[in-house]
Amino acid sequence: MSEQAVSALPGAEATGVVTVREMGLQGMVSLRGDLAALGTVVMRLTGAEMPAVRAMTKGRGIQVAWMSPDELLILCDHGAADTLVADLTQAFEGQHHLALNLSDARAMFGLSGNASTLRDVLAKVTPADISALHPGEMRRTRIQQVAGAIWFETETEARVICFRSVAQYMFDLFTVSAKDGGAVGFNR
Amino acid sequence: MSTRLPQGGRLIDRSKTVKFSFNGKHMTGHAGDTLASALLASGQVIMGRSFKYHRPRGVMASGAEEPNALVNLGRGDSHEPNQRATVTELFEGLSATSQNHWPSLDWDIGEVNALLPRVLPAGFYYKTFIYPRPFWKHVFEPIIRRSAGLGRAPEHDARDPDRYEQFYAHTDLVIAGGGIAGLQAALEAGRAGARVILCEQTAHWGGRAPVDGVEIDGKPAETWINDAVQVLEKMDNVHLRLRCMVAGVYDHGYVIAYERVADHAPGTDAPRHRLWRIRTGQVIAATGALERPLSFPGNDKPGVMLASAVRDYAVNWGVSPGARTVVVTNNDDAYRTALLLADAGLSVPCIADARSESDGPLAQQARARGIRVMTNTGIAGVKGLRGVVGVQLCRQDGTGEVIEDVTCDAVAMSGGWSPVVHLWSHCGGKLTWDAERAFFRPDPSRPPTNQTGEGFVVCAGAADGALLAGDTMQNASTMARKALSALDFTSGAAVPSASAAEESPLLPVWIMPAGAGPKKRAKMWLDFQNDVKVSDVQLAAREGYESVEHTKRYTTLGMATDQGKLSNINGLAVLAQALDEDIPRVGTTTFRPPYTPISMGAIAGEARGEIFQPLRRTPLHAWHEANGAAWEPVGHWRRPYCYPRPGESHREAVNREITATRTSLGLLDASTLGKIVVKGPDAGRFLDMLYTNMMSTLKPGKCRYGLMCSENGFLMDDGVVVRLDDDSFLVHTTTGGADRIHAWMEDWLQCEWWDWQVYTANVTEQWAQIAVVGPKARAVLDKLGSDIDLSNDALPFMAWAEGRIGGFDARVFRISFSGELSFEIAVPASQGRALWDALLAAGAEFDATPYGTEALHVMRAEKGFIMIGDETDGTVIPQDLGLGWAISKKKEDYLGKRAQERTHMTDPGRWQLVGLETLDGSVLPDGSYALAEGINVNGQRNTQGRVTSTYFSPTLSRGIAMGLVVQGPERMGEVIAFNTTQKPARGEAPKTIEARIVSPVFFDPEGEKPNV
Repeated sequence: MSEQAVSALPGAEATGVVTVREMGLQGMVSLRGDLAALGTVVMRLTGAEMPAVRAMTKGRGIQVAWMSPDELLILCDHGAADTLVADLTQAFEGQHHLALNLSDARAMFGLSGNASTLRDVLAKVTPADISALHPGEMRRTRIQQVAGAIWFETETEARVICFRSVAQYMFDLFTVSAKDGGAVGFNR
Repeated sequence: MSTRLPQGGRLIDRSKTVKFSFNGKHMTGHAGDTLASALLASGQVIMGRSFKYHRPRGVMASGAEEPNALVNLGRGDSHEPNQRATVTELFEGLSATSQNHWPSLDWDIGEVNALLPRVLPAGFYYKTFIYPRPFWKHVFEPIIRRSAGLGRAPEHDARDPDRYEQFYAHTDLVIAGGGIAGLQAALEAGRAGARVILCEQTAHWGGRAPVDGVEIDGKPAETWINDAVQVLEKMDNVHLRLRCMVAGVYDHGYVIAYERVADHAPGTDAPRHRLWRIRTGQVIAATGALERPLSFPGNDKPGVMLASAVRDYAVNWGVSPGARTVVVTNNDDAYRTALLLADAGLSVPCIADARSESDGPLAQQARARGIRVMTNTGIAGVKGLRGVVGVQLCRQDGTGEVIEDVTCDAVAMSGGWSPVVHLWSHCGGKLTWDAERAFFRPDPSRPPTNQTGEGFVVCAGAADGALLAGDTMQNASTMARKALSALDFTSGAAVPSASAAEESPLLPVWIMPAGAGPKKRAKMWLDFQNDVKVSDVQLAAREGYESVEHTKRYTTLGMATDQGKLSNINGLAVLAQALDEDIPRVGTTTFRPPYTPISMGAIAGEARGEIFQPLRRTPLHAWHEANGAAWEPVGHWRRPYCYPRPGESHREAVNREITATRTSLGLLDASTLGKIVVKGPDAGRFLDMLYTNMMSTLKPGKCRYGLMCSENGFLMDDGVVVRLDDDSFLVHTTTGGADRIHAWMEDWLQCEWWDWQVYTANVTEQWAQIAVVGPKARAVLDKLGSDIDLSNDALPFMAWAEGRIGGFDARVFRISFSGELSFEIAVPASQGRALWDALLAAGAEFDATPYGTEALHVMRAEKGFIMIGDETDGTVIPQDLGLGWAISKKKEDYLGKRAQERTHMTDPGRWQLVGLETLDGSVLPDGSYALAEGINVNGQRNTQGRVTSTYFSPTLSRGIAMGLVVQGPERMGEVIAFNTTQKPARGEAPKTIEARIVSPVFFDPEGEKPNV
């Protein structure tokens, strides 16, 4: 019933010094296992290389992110997540692993704007060193009072994911942090 | 009288007038003024009243160290007390009122306190007002509260309209202070390639070098400062921040800085304050030095100021505190003030120098200008009540006999300078006493250390004790290079040469005159804000207070909002003298962050209003909200307690929801229920250890209720375990238990059973879960249509299946917490709302009724089902709750098993679960105790049990309750009494309620209803 499926805050958008947008439904598959032994299958099913520590790699419309020494996050089309989970489960038959569709457990936001202002807005809410984060790396961190992950698609376009239940908090938090007059001028 | 000078004022723009008000009186200043300089320019010398004696006080300093000039700023929602006028930049429309005056600033009734200092000696909190006892609460405290305190707290309904934020930054080096030392350190670091954040607490770079006539590389300091700032601004690796005070230094290179973004420009769209949370490799504290007052009788009168502040007001803001200023000093630096005032055409009748000789270049200049220099001279008294009209001079080495009266309207005093070592000390840096120059400075051999045991803070310039400009510049470079080398950067450019007039050594003077008697000592102020005098510290010493920390608390020295910036060293020197000890042996009190007070708004940051705390919302939250749900907080979630209709009370709504569910169809948002996937070859073995019962034998397609205990045997969570397939399970936890139990699992897997092949994942939010409950539950699902056979034969109680229901991707669990036919349907969260809407539409003909947590609680109580947190409180084991059937006898081990075999746990006298029925049908009070005969050793009534859950059951039309009672299950039918909180009538025994012990299952004891 995917036509009835809705994301946490469909169409939510706010603009200040940067624009904050809820990105709609996003496929997310969590894969746990011995990363050294998963590479071939992940490459076959996604077209993406095994990411190095904290890195993200790209495949056929898919991104693979390193989450922990035994966990990957695969970003794919929302509608393709169940199939991917089934394929992964089948491919790893007999091998200890866990593949789950967690697309709906989360919400995703896009922040876009001037490269330095964008980093300033993010630096208001996360203790992670945002100036050291560049496209190709995912940073799991705390976003003020909730857990989250941040990465840059480009220098002017960031993505943030968090749990679905706190999507409104996340949207409000970024809306306040991106309000006009809120540029800091720290990141270059 | 203070006034604006015809010339001067490097920081003000005389072409721009700024209007403001003080105590309702309209005044004007110039752009660039501080509130203090604008008040002085307007002739307003008295700016506040002191804390204890309500003495009139004027401004004493020109910066962050100011103890006296505290004002209430703004009004209504923007009202803020205890704002220092010296650091408040003037803006159009500023409104300030003075503090601690009643009825008026000029005439204050509390001033009478000053006539009664015997009533308020040091430690008066501890020794006066003790007897009679009740007087403290009803007489003394209200009066003290009325007269004490500084600023007025905001009104209770005031709401700060401003916005605040925090900002995280990571850098190699934080430099605190933008004077010449800070700028030079930044140039060194910037050229070396380090990432630098340079913070200056004021709105201007350069510190006091331009005021003190310093020359750098042969040019006025201001030229060099402007050049340095320009160079730094062009460096990509250097970040400059004005109006940003480094407030604290903490472990692991953590630094807090407080930026006052928009205080000077209210009404802009910028946040008012920003709290910087910085991780840095090294910190350079280029925080300068503070001038010390001199302790002479009357040193607190309006018009007596620090000599450096007098210079600052004249040079920076073109303001003079008086037309005739007497300078009193123990060092050469104050001569600069005399020379400057003379240059400005103002009168300096004399310089009273406590030293026996004074022949340095500055003294020679002063004499050459015709200023009278009097050595071995101090001040024995200050004349004037609300301002200075004259001083009485005396010999410094005498007892205070007046040798001359001098008419003047201001006094500029200097007792020497103290390096600002706060940031060095915050994280444990130690100090050393420099006896020759009479100050504490950082001890380089004992720096504050970081996570690797290396020093991570250096002081540079005056903060390191290098007070003279030439030394300051050289020291700044040396210390910057030291910090840089710790960061593996090297720097080596030529150091600019700074110069200022040579100075002769100072004479440490702690009491003026040295032989002053008790009367004079009682008029020498040490702590101006808290009204602590030399006599108070000496009294404390006589009463046995030897530790500086104890003396501080006993006398309140240094405990005011200025944290003793001016009083600290003078106070401990007086204490050392009184104890006949060396100053370094007495030591300082502890320097703690923040350096000056920071706003609560900055500490809270953006966390206020809607985002004060994250609120967790289920996929159905918006529907609940739109349909008038009364909320119950459950962890960070909000769950509907009930859905009252217009005119309906909560209790009526709950009864309606229960009746509808029991007779037809109820719907519950069960999405918050914890859901954890446990997968792997050892998953069954793992769950057998976590649960008291056997989970490994559960067949795929089946569900089983289980109990989880802590290793101490106490029941901590319960829920239904679902076997998804051979090696994976879905564990349901309580709503509040989801994160805790997931962490509990990972704790065991990562720390104890690290070699077990098990993965867990918290999938709580992936699923929206809706309980479809009641006799019509199957009917509504049939109506939606499903490819799952939902019949009782195909999908019996405690079975589950996966498929499509009404076109939704669903898992259906035949589990029931209500005692009714029940299907819990889980769909991906994105489809949750659509399923809910579909169920409501299809269920309309069955009067589908959403129900909340209270109906859920009542229905489970009617069935005798326990609730974690009601029947359990951390001291209850499953055996207490009649749940022995859920404890495996076959298993060798499970978490809590051993603990449950301890004697106290197997004691037959434990309180055990029973049902309770009041004889009169009323509802037992929640938490009520079952009374037993006699009283215990504490004189309290003995008890034999307590109520754990109690409700009105609309199904049974009477009160029902569960409780824990001594040997309860063996006492079926017995009537026991429960206490109430109702006040008995005079002479009557306390009211109790009688209840009969019954089975906890009140409804459908055979369990037939869900099994259809």
